[in-house]
Amino acid sequence: MSRWGRITRRTLVLGSVAVAGGVAFGIWQTRRPVENPLVPEQGVTLNPYVIIDRQGTTIIVPRAEMGQGVHTTLAALVAEELDIAFDSIRVIHGPAADAYYNAALLRAGVPFAEYAQSGWQQTVSGAVGRAGRVLALQITAGSTSVIDAYERMRLAGAGARETLKMAAADRLGVPRAALETEDGAVIAPDGTRLSYRELAQEAADFPVPEPNLRDPSEWRYLGRSLPRTDMRDKVTGAAVFACDVRLPGMRFAAVRRNPHLGGGMHSLDAAPAEEMPGVERVIELEDGIAVVADTTWTAMRAAGAARIAWGPSSHPPDTAALFDVIEEAFDTPYNARLRDDGDAPAALAAAEGPVIEAEYQVPFLAHATMEPMNATAHHTGDALEIWTGNQAPILHRDAAAAAAGLDADAVTIHTTFMGGGFGRRIETDFTAIAAQVARAVEGTPVQVAWSREEDMRHGYFRPGARARMRGAVAQGRAQVLEAQVAAPSVTRQAGQRFLGLSAPGPDRGHLEGLFDQPYAIANYAVTGFLAELALPVGFWRSVGASFNGFFHESFIDELAHAAGRDPLAFRLDHIRDEHAASARTLEVVRDMAGWTGQTPEGMGRGVAFSFGFGTPVAEIVEVGLEGDAVRIRNAWIACDVGRALDPGIIRAQMESGLIFGLSAAVHGEITFAEGAVKQRNFTDYEILRMSRTPRIEVEILEQRAHPGGVGEAATPAAAPALVNALFDLTGERYRTLPLSRHLRFA
Amino acid sequence: MPFRLTVNGTTEELDLPAEIPLLWVLRDVLGLTGAKYGCGIAACGSCTVHVNGRAVRACGMPLGEVDGPVTTIEGLGGPGRLAPLQEAWIAHQAAQCGYCQPGQIMQAAALLADNPDPSDADIDAAMDGVLCRCGAYSRIRAAIRDAAGAMRGG
Repeated sequence: MSRWGRITRRTLVLGSVAVAGGVAFGIWQTRRPVENPLVPEQGVTLNPYVIIDRQGTTIIVPRAEMGQGVHTTLAALVAEELDIAFDSIRVIHGPAADAYYNAALLRAGVPFAEYAQSGWQQTVSGAVGRAGRVLALQITAGSTSVIDAYERMRLAGAGARETLKMAAADRLGVPRAALETEDGAVIAPDGTRLSYRELAQEAADFPVPEPNLRDPSEWRYLGRSLPRTDMRDKVTGAAVFACDVRLPGMRFAAVRRNPHLGGGMHSLDAAPAEEMPGVERVIELEDGIAVVADTTWTAMRAAGAARIAWGPSSHPPDTAALFDVIEEAFDTPYNARLRDDGDAPAALAAAEGPVIEAEYQVPFLAHATMEPMNATAHHTGDALEIWTGNQAPILHRDAAAAAAGLDADAVTIHTTFMGGGFGRRIETDFTAIAAQVARAVEGTPVQVAWSREEDMRHGYFRPGARARMRGAVAQGRAQVLEAQVAAPSVTRQAGQRFLGLSAPGPDRGHLEGLFDQPYAIANYAVTGFLAELALPVGFWRSVGASFNGFFHESFIDELAHAAGRDPLAFRLDHIRDEHAASARTLEVVRDMAGWTGQTPEGMGRGVAFSFGFGTPVAEIVEVGLEGDAVRIRNAWIACDVGRALDPGIIRAQMESGLIFGLSAAVHGEITFAEGAVKQRNFTDYEILRMSRTPRIEVEILEQRAHPGGVGEAATPAAAPALVNALFDLTGERYRTLPLSRHLRFA
Repeated sequence: MPFRLTVNGTTEELDLPAEIPLLWVLRDVLGLTGAKYGCGIAACGSCTVHVNGRAVRACGMPLGEVDGPVTTIEGLGGPGRLAPLQEAWIAHQAAQCGYCQPGQIMQAAALLADNPDPSDADIDAAMDGVLCRCGAYSRIRAAIRDAAGAMRGG
């Protein structure tokens, strides 16, 4: 049988495996079997996740490795069932393909609170998840990778294992049930070892039986801190990021685009650039230029040397004008009221004590990944090959195809390691620009790099947002909490960009981290208003929860103090009966920190809680005074990830998420003048350095059956925990970020 | 303009402008991509390499000012001959996205060459110019402490 024939048969096989995995294919479009996109040069593919060739076993992890350890944990899901030595496997990103759709991601559109679902996995495998495949969402986002892969990739490993056993059974003339597997080999009762490599060809011709997944008690890899598959290459400099791709004859290009966002180019005098030694081409883009040269350095200098008259920005000119538009959204009909318990307005009117009112504001933010945007492309006339660190290969492939003037199937996309993603690398702009440049220099491979300044000023920003909060307390409890949030909608803008459609109806992402928190408050209303701004906004680690967590948990603290209560005990009283696992994280973090509710002079402690991405997280931050400066000394995190597949990686993600949130709270701010971003580099967009990072302790709880997300879960509570600690230290309630506008940090 | 540049023990004859930063000589001319571009203004440390054993920001050092042999992450150690710092980095599973790590490790190597037994405050002071957007700092600090111990012991 030809290789294609074999792969066609595997295609059907995968369909049955997928059904066994609970990805129920109920409607026409989703019932079609997923095509296996793998066509190995040599060797055999048993399903879209496993290739066995002479070198050994390769596992395809179709999610972006951008630091969160997804390659390691998802490969372990396959390895656990396939019985291969973990240190022997190779892990690759694999191609852009519908087979790798993310079923778990689409739940982001569903307006219910996750903690209230009886089974998280039900959501994932249900009607919502199916849409992920229809919409071709091979996306790494929403902390969903493990949730999506948890059964799917274990089934892929188990299915491959069983077909290898069938091949061995056939060859040896013994029943499959009599065979064992171990470290990449099938073991016969008489001790005969047949390696997977020698069985793979034959195995590819057997249909996959419905495998049973092993009980977690039998796991060897999952549940342990494994050595990351990418670690060795990352400490020797061998790891290949998109900017490290080197091809024969490759040229280096830099871009310079109109800083006045949305504006075009009135005139261009390219001569000063073209005259520089080493410059080969100046290419006009829609809103700027790309310069192709012998080195990135020449290209960047030449791009700066061109004389360009920029058109004006199409957006409100400055930060104040942008926030005016956000504020005005409160006067428009609301988009969504996703929580409406009791009768908040009546309860406020009837409140016994004073009504507590507060307004909060957070700024626009940049992702500022350490690796600025870039991609490397080679256009050969009828095909394009492109190397790009991206979180959404199908979207990037399609964007590259459009920019290169080719059909999508003429584009081959190679996903490299990413020097940070945080949501920025879902966006396809840098891939499309590289494809466009490659088209202009057809036949020559070209790396198209953005300077830090271009990266900082042409982001898809975390939107600025404002909140109006009102509440009242009685007998030590919150009687009413009314929250209103206004911001431009990331969901709607991204829907338009990626799918050409703006989903009508309530925008869940806009209120995530606010409407879905497990507090029992009798009168509890959460309402979202969408500001009409076309300024580019995008998914920034924890998305809506990045601001809503700050609003909600700051205000909960205000209510606790108004009620004269300890803020941790106050939270516990409201959460305990609503969601026991969430309450447990608060109790654990209380005990980790030795929280007493009392702090000595010169020290402050704050607590915050958030439930998001399937994972409840409680955090305590401790601050101290050093002269007139504040030092963030310590932090404690308790999280319930349901099932901890790799505790070491989870700990790293919790620390990372917290630090990301603290960086934004302390320093982060993108501001605008004349429709252009004022910040340029790390000198005016600072992030936490080692000396400013607190000592962090993490405790992982496992109170639920299925894993929750970890990449974003720790970010929302970071800012409010810090602000609440500052209130404890100074008596001052900071309701606008960043804090470096109010305080000096040591 | 002709230059002789010794990188990781190999001497190269180069004909390049004196102003070209060492980073781009390494990355775009010599194909040594371990040192990374992060800011271009010596503000993030991702491009840190050694010149004459001192940690320098390669993005801010013109080729004409390179006054001694250069060591990059590729020259510090590799598969099969890992440097103690790289071993410690692996033991602590320090890297996340990994982009800044060559700079972190080269900065740490220069620190330990100067100060074989640094306190946490010494480590913080030496490492403060190397940014990590993933926030891997606590494991980086722990790895440096362990590597220091291993190097003193061995």
